[in-house]
Amino acid sequence: MTGTAAAVGPARLRGRTLLAALGAVAVVSSMSLLLGPASVNPWGAILETLDRLPLVSIDSGLDARESAIIWELRLPRLVLAGLVGATLAIAGGAYQGVFRNPLADPYLLGVAAGAGLGATIAIVSTDVTTSVPPLAFAGGALAVLATYGLARVGGRNRSGMTLILSGVAVAAFFTALQTFLQQQHADTIRQVFSWILGRLSTAGWGEVRLLLPYAVVSWVVLLAHRRHLDVLAVGEDEAGALGMDIGRVRLVVVLAATLGTAAAVAVSGLIGFVGIIVPHMIRLVSGPSHRSLLPLSLVMGAGFLVLTDLVARTAMSGGELPIGVVTAFVGAPFFAFVLGTSARTA
Amino acid sequence: MKAAVHCRGVAAGYNGVSVLDGVDLDVAPGEWVAIIGPNGAGKTTLLRAVTGLVAATGTVELRGRAVSSLRRRELAAVAALVPQTPVIPEGMTVLDYVLLGRTPYIPYWRSETVGDVDRVRQVLEDLDLAGFAGRVMGSMSGGERQRAILARALAQDAAVLVLDEPTTGLDLGHQQQVLELVDSMRRRHGLAVLSALHDLTLAAQFSDKVVLLAGGTVVATGPPGRVLTPQRLAAEFGSDVRVQHFGDGTMAIVPMRAGGRPGPPGRSADRGVDEEPDHIGDDAADTGDDEVLGAGDDRM
Repeated sequence: MTGTAAAVGPARLRGRTLLAALGAVAVVSSMSLLLGPASVNPWGAILETLDRLPLVSIDSGLDARESAIIWELRLPRLVLAGLVGATLAIAGGAYQGVFRNPLADPYLLGVAAGAGLGATIAIVSTDVTTSVPPLAFAGGALAVLATYGLARVGGRNRSGMTLILSGVAVAAFFTALQTFLQQQHADTIRQVFSWILGRLSTAGWGEVRLLLPYAVVSWVVLLAHRRHLDVLAVGEDEAGALGMDIGRVRLVVVLAATLGTAAAVAVSGLIGFVGIIVPHMIRLVSGPSHRSLLPLSLVMGAGFLVLTDLVARTAMSGGELPIGVVTAFVGAPFFAFVLGTSARTA
Repeated sequence: MKAAVHCRGVAAGYNGVSVLDGVDLDVAPGEWVAIIGPNGAGKTTLLRAVTGLVAATGTVELRGRAVSSLRRRELAAVAALVPQTPVIPEGMTVLDYVLLGRTPYIPYWRSETVGDVDRVRQVLEDLDLAGFAGRVMGSMSGGERQRAILARALAQDAAVLVLDEPTTGLDLGHQQQVLELVDSMRRRHGLAVLSALHDLTLAAQFSDKVVLLAGGTVVATGPPGRVLTPQRLAAEFGSDVRVQHFGDGTMAIVPMRAGGRPGPPGRSADRGVDEEPDHIGDDAADTGDDEVLGAGDDRM
């Protein structure tokens, strides 16, 4: 028996699992790069991508039009889908850990409603679409501050539940403001809706550059708190008795997850359920420890949204489905499934 | 020598309702102090005040340092708490669970070291849990789980072990086993043990000193033989009891049914017990006899 004890180690991310996840992402990424209304020589597309890497120079043999399709259309969209998916998924895993609530999601805390309001203000008051991301970001961040402030007023010992209920209240208020604005400006209602349903169709390198710094900061901070989230699994009370500074961990994790979410929402609109589906699938396969859950959510979140985007733009001939519709189509039943299983174990 | 736990005039409460008032408590290194008292007496609140989980006024010191001046991390390195109903995280292995006890020693931005994992393996060996390292906490039986929870507290390498009803939900054998483990660790490492125990017989059996708490104040404190008198127990618990002293210095507290009879024959007393009161040493000197005193007869 002693022998087995020596063989058992602490929970950690296994190299093989990570490699398998990266492999899956590579496969869906290649598919996404190669599939589309315009056919491009697959080998040329791969060479074209490699050619853009620093210090690499390969003649892909593609003409200028094909090169533009790969470089200006498909690749930025692929990269943006990956960044958004990774950010939403790791933020979801982190929110679920910090609130010890399997249904917690990046759209909790009013982030989505706040970002939606910001985007609506941008769309109705300016003609320039470039003002959407910064205002959506500001709205999302403002909503989180409001949620946190409300929870602080609401109870001296802020439990996860106080925070979630505050998020519901703030979301309702911001959504009401947004609906009011939308009604006042019926001429832009179509634009607002297409943003709310989530879209990557207009993605370019600009969006990627906008999101990347926030996403990376968010990832690094969340990954650094993997161990803390495992300690929190015994509840705030016991985690405190074990010497953890709960207030600090909760604040840092919530801020980092929100920063990433707000930035992702700002460039891609509202794409729901990624933060629920991906971490739960990973929990089913590799267990609940955040040491493996967060890094795998990052990788598989990217793969999931790249695949979803591929479905969204190829499923219907002659048109695109909004990606938020596709994730909701898969996500809502999955949400019900999670609700069922968590009710059984609770 | 500095007291492991030193409390003077401790008061605490929740939402303006006072739970503890003017509590004095001392635990010396290597000493086992049991807090007893009826439900709602403030036992858990006192343990939480000692571990800094509840804000308290008055003096609360661990090894000479005020609890309120210690950071959470420093506190957890001095006092380890076994809560009454610990949260068992879904899907967590015993090794990972016990590793949580190393939290106070792992810097904020770091992970555990090989040394931390080795310490955990050592504790698992000590508590006969080595073979369970890879088992999921939820799949353990009550007794095994309680040992794992104790292992987590021991992995904290704290000088003070605070146990809130550590035998809740365990059968007779496992109650004994868990407390024996605590006792052997106390002796081996010179730990100060502060525990709330609802079973008075176990409290008397394992503790050097009992503190009888009622209504948030200390009613009596001293060796079990002095504190656990039928009069006091009748007054504080509202139940008539017989206190039986045995030849080997142990004692049993047996509740009496209305009418002054112990429970059904053969259930209340173990075989081989002297039916006659058996007073031994100083402890029994002022406990009087083991006659049942109380209001039971009057109530009939």
